[in-house]
Amino acid sequence: MALLEIKDLEVNYGVIKAIKGVSFEVNEGEIIALIGANGAGKTTILHTITGLIPAKAGSIMFDGKELTKTPPHKIVSMGMAHVPEGRRIFQQLSVLENLKLGAYTRKDKAEFDSTLKMVYERFPRLEERKNQVAGTLSGGEQQMLAMGRALMSKPRIILMDEPSMGLSPLLVSEIFDIIKVINESGTTVLLVEQNAKKALSIADRAYVLETGNISLSGDAKDLINDESVKKAYLGE
Amino acid sequence: MLSLCLGCRKLTFISNLISGISLGGIYAVIALGYTMVYGIAKMLNFAHGDVIMVGSYVVFMLTTKAGVNPYLALVISMVACTLLGMTIERFAYKPLRGASPLAVLITAIGVSYFLQNAAMHLFGTQAKNFTSIINFEPISLAGGQIVISDETVVTIAVSVVIMIALTLFVNKTKPGRAMLAVSEDRGAAQLMGINVNGTIALTFAIGSALAAVAGVLLCSTYPLLSSTTGAMPGIKAFVAAVLGGIGSIPGAMIGGLVIGVIEILGRSYISSQMADAIVFAVLIVVLLVKPTGILGKKYVEKV
Repeated sequence: MALLEIKDLEVNYGVIKAIKGVSFEVNEGEIIALIGANGAGKTTILHTITGLIPAKAGSIMFDGKELTKTPPHKIVSMGMAHVPEGRRIFQQLSVLENLKLGAYTRKDKAEFDSTLKMVYERFPRLEERKNQVAGTLSGGEQQMLAMGRALMSKPRIILMDEPSMGLSPLLVSEIFDIIKVINESGTTVLLVEQNAKKALSIADRAYVLETGNISLSGDAKDLINDESVKKAYLGE
Repeated sequence: MLSLCLGCRKLTFISNLISGISLGGIYAVIALGYTMVYGIAKMLNFAHGDVIMVGSYVVFMLTTKAGVNPYLALVISMVACTLLGMTIERFAYKPLRGASPLAVLITAIGVSYFLQNAAMHLFGTQAKNFTSIINFEPISLAGGQIVISDETVVTIAVSVVIMIALTLFVNKTKPGRAMLAVSEDRGAAQLMGINVNGTIALTFAIGSALAAVAGVLLCSTYPLLSSTTGAMPGIKAFVAAVLGGIGSIPGAMIGGLVIGVIEILGRSYISSQMADAIVFAVLIVVLLVKPTGILGKKYVEKV
């Protein structure tokens, strides 16, 4: 059984049908990329999974439980974290306070300390700046904080929305390396990206989303050589 | 002779200043409720002043009709106001989560009139004489020429204690940090596993409990209680919250004290009829010169 299974998902924005019956699955340990153009509905799908937007129809099964019927604030403690588009860190709070909020649902102090240590090891910059107000961090540091904050809940699966957005090519590579490391340490990753080349380079499998439908899916190494994908998303 | 007169003028000024600070303390407690709700729920709860009135009636009825100990009556009133505030939030504001701010604002005004008219219906149009629940010796200074009433002492002490307690609560406790997160980004707060609706309900509960305290302080100093008792102080406390920087806890305290002092000094030295107009003129000037208020943060909305 897949860890996360989306079936015939439909989502409306007012009268607009944003997602028109999407199905896909994410198995434990995988990195799955969801690629597609602006407005294809990638972010909408992630928002629906974590309950920021209600689903119109269809089901989202996570570890055997139906997420569309789960109160959104209970999803984190089930083992799912979401690094939202635009990072959405708490700008007015310090780096450490942001990380503490990431562990909001966890009660064990010792576990909190060990997770914090792990996050600081992965992102040494966050430890250096732990008392700094998050809004004053650079774009790359904010992305690291958003990822660190998500890791603080010790998720089984982490949803990442456009982690490369607004970052320099060098930083993009760094962020993708970190995603790979996070995955290797046992966390499943569902990655939404406009940077299809980068996403396909680290993903196991991928789905191509076109105006609310999945148009193509397969192993990432096959898709990266697919002519239509090359033309539409890789700029070749 | 002349020096004596200068002396008494100075003493009058000090007395006025003390009454101003006392009134300001009451405004501060009301403004703290306003500012908490605005800061976290991002809405102006114009019914806040009327919750004060309801709280005062609860104390009045319990002490005069049932002979309950005034302090016990205050505690019961706080519980009653907490329930009232949470009920208002649940049935009037929660269904409008995500609606336009104007719709919420109009609803709040509707709730305000509802409470006023319900109180008028229940308790009549005749203003009641509220007996102060604060009874100890006033403090006498300068050989009895300046008297600081017991109500003033308690008001100032209570407002400072509440401000400090709220600041500690918001910054040091887990539900407090959840409030800060909800205040900044509801969606992101929810992604952290924070129950946004629960956090907003808690904010209303705290704000309304403060309203009960404010009601007792207000009616102990100005003992006429009617269905519109909370309306004007409520609006002035709103001015105070805006002046201090709406959403800021110390800002509400500073704003409250400034508005109270301006009102009393305006009443004594300019015109007693114009005192309210002066307070609202201050609001207009603040909105023109520094719309974020004294301690308000300048928000840069990212698109």
